[in-house]
Amino acid sequence: MAIPAVARVVEAHALVYRRTWRGSVISTFFSPVLYLLAMGIGLGSLVDDGAGVANLGGLSYLAFLAPGLLVATAMQTGAGDGSWPVMAGIKWTKTYHATLATPVGVRDLVIGHLGWVAVRLTFVSVVFVAIMAAFGAVESWAGAWAVVPALLTGLAFSAATTAYAAYLDNDTGLSTLFRFGIVPMFLFSGTFFPISQLPDWLEPLANVVPLWHGVELARSLALGISTTWPPYVHVGYLLAWIVGGTLVAFHTFNRKLRQ
Amino acid sequence: MSLVEARSLTKKFGDLTAVDAIDFDVAPGESFGFLGPNGAGKTSAMRMIGAVSPITDGSLRVLGMNPAVDGPEIRMRLGVVPQDDTLDTELSVAENLLIYGRYFDLPRPVIRERITELLDFAQLSERRDDKVEPLSGGMKRRLTIARALINQPELLILDEPTTGLDPQARHVLWDRLYRLKQQGVTLIITTHYMDEAEQLCDRLVIMDKGKIVAEGSPRRLIEEHSTREVLEMRFPVGVQEAILDRLDGLAKRTEVLPDRVLLYTDNGDEAAAEATARGLRPESVVVRRSTLEDVFLRLTGRTLVD
Repeated sequence: MAIPAVARVVEAHALVYRRTWRGSVISTFFSPVLYLLAMGIGLGSLVDDGAGVANLGGLSYLAFLAPGLLVATAMQTGAGDGSWPVMAGIKWTKTYHATLATPVGVRDLVIGHLGWVAVRLTFVSVVFVAIMAAFGAVESWAGAWAVVPALLTGLAFSAATTAYAAYLDNDTGLSTLFRFGIVPMFLFSGTFFPISQLPDWLEPLANVVPLWHGVELARSLALGISTTWPPYVHVGYLLAWIVGGTLVAFHTFNRKLRQ
Repeated sequence: MSLVEARSLTKKFGDLTAVDAIDFDVAPGESFGFLGPNGAGKTSAMRMIGAVSPITDGSLRVLGMNPAVDGPEIRMRLGVVPQDDTLDTELSVAENLLIYGRYFDLPRPVIRERITELLDFAQLSERRDDKVEPLSGGMKRRLTIARALINQPELLILDEPTTGLDPQARHVLWDRLYRLKQQGVTLIITTHYMDEAEQLCDRLVIMDKGKIVAEGSPRRLIEEHSTREVLEMRFPVGVQEAILDRLDGLAKRTEVLPDRVLLYTDNGDEAAAEATARGLRPESVVVRRSTLEDVFLRLTGRTLVD
């Protein structure tokens, strides 16, 4: 039975991962534990003793932080997998060129790549939610649904960075993206504190960042509270980034690999 | 029926015309070459044949199909050896072949069988489970060829297969390609080495600046465009310019290169003796047979490898 080309690309990623999984699996487990310990419990005890509880709507800092961190981790995973590996496939090891000499086409390659990122994001997010539960930062089993906005957010960033990495001629643009894009978003999109704490002129900027939408959804699902905007707006916004990023990636991949 | 049929095939990148309205046919079982210097348009032609790069103008049929419409079907039956090895260096030798086989949707048991055969063919059986990274250039090249054969292609296209390899590795590779040719695999090869073209190609086109300047078997091209022998003379620095007028009538044709003078004649020894009789004292004298390099020089006024 013939398997669609997209699935064969995902399978190839899985075969490569079989060789390289150790480092990434270890950090998948350790980084949530370290962050939740340091920020959630360490810093959290200060916040909870002060005026924090009132500003967070009665939540403990750990409970507030954990869903945000979940989605922010998904963002970093998605953006990371969409950056250097894509540049390597096009420019360094050039394995994408080899793939495209087979029946696999550009669209299969892009969608298969994002499909594999989705597999990774699911794994990373499920592990993260399990660790959140171990820390007592999830209200009920229903909190596990927070994996979905994490996946959507990770894919939104991965699609966009994939398109961007294929557009670039060298990797200095990627370092810039992380330094001046991903890191500020990580810090100021409602992960560590509500965006209402931002200066008024900055708040609309946070509304544009996909991470904020994902954090809103995840926090709502993990804690059973309502989102700032209607949930379908948040979901729609993330989906728009995924679809838009994928379409732009088709274009930038074609320009680099099919000329 | 031709496996590849190109008519006025053209490729443009903006204002640059990389391939300029070329015509050629490749017959089943033959080994066909594109010979030309870097930038002649060989790689662009190969990428169009490989159904990865769209044609700008003219027409192209590969395996009887249209690359613009039937890209995946064509690529299913092609083997491609690109100029860069494009191997996954983090994976083992066998894993590289496995992944590639899966792109062609071959069942794993079939791939496993072929990996054993192909690694034997590529003389890499002992390196089966080693990582690709530390392999030598020649080994990586042979692995790339083995990978291109995983789908048992009817047509194998090789872009500069031995560029960057040492002489010994080149001969091993030529031997492998010769075996493929004997098995009936159709080969299309680009090269800027005239010895490679002479060794491997039944028929070739000489390309320069996007155009085909000559076409035929290596032997016929040499017969048509050059003499049987060539007398090469090297003079001390500064002397060459001074003696040029004393070469008149020594040979059918004279080519003056920056570092030596080439005299085209059917009898090199006779011409050398005559030069000595005229009082010429070159630093070195070589009489050799004409090669495709001479054909290229004749047709374009330039050497193949600068």
